[in-house]
Amino acid sequence: MMKELIIEADRMNLPQVQAFIDEQLEEAGCPMPTQITIDVAVEELFVNIASYAYEHGEGVAVVQVTVHEEPLSVEITFIDNGVPYDPLAKADPDITLPAKERKKGGLGIFMVKNTMDNVRYEYKDGKNILTIMKKLN
Amino acid sequence: MGLFSKKKMDTASSMGGISHLNISTSKDGAAYIFLLEGRLDTITAPGLEAKINEVIDDATKLILDLADLEYISSAGLRVLLGATHAMEDKGEMIVRNPTQPVREVFDLTGFSNLFTIE
Repeated sequence: MMKELIIEADRMNLPQVQAFIDEQLEEAGCPMPTQITIDVAVEELFVNIASYAYEHGEGVAVVQVTVHEEPLSVEITFIDNGVPYDPLAKADPDITLPAKERKKGGLGIFMVKNTMDNVRYEYKDGKNILTIMKKLN
Repeated sequence: MGLFSKKKMDTASSMGGISHLNISTSKDGAAYIFLLEGRLDTITAPGLEAKINEVIDDATKLILDLADLEYISSAGLRVLLGATHAMEDKGEMIVRNPTQPVREVFDLTGFSNLFTIE
């Protein structure tokens, strides 16, 4: 069963978004380390929308969560109707660079891509739709 | 159900983590030690950055004790990178006792190689 949260894409709303997701994860018996990993991915994606999707900074984000039973996994979809933007197209940061040369950008989506089991993006009917999937066992 | 998700929290909510960060600061000569408790995320990271900026000019050693930090996101990493850059060429940047989730983020992003981890 899919549960949905519609919320102002404001980064100060992050705790509400995470509480919404965590409630589903706890009901599913998700181990705490996995909850933390998913919470981080949720932050990165929600803050992305809050920061960049809407030119005047105001708009709505839709967050949909579905827990699948066999195998136990969670699917989370973020939808916004802001500027078309594919976060997966961003180049990975070079994580081998020494401190002096490391840049601040690109870390968030890099973490999402490397901690989630599946990440996919599409632009459809004027909406950015980004879905992550993580197995819970 | 719920057995794996119990965690020590002295806050009222039982639904997931709360975005909060307590920062205890101490000083040993020109070494500044920040003890963090809670989460380092987009909401709490600016507060840490401000506290670090207050002392960074004087510091020859910056120590972040993360024993009670359960969560770090890219916002937190950017503050750590900024502090690392600021300490470059003038002193030491040390991170102590990262918890498992934080250590995993450091390893994944190459941050384990950017500063001393004790």
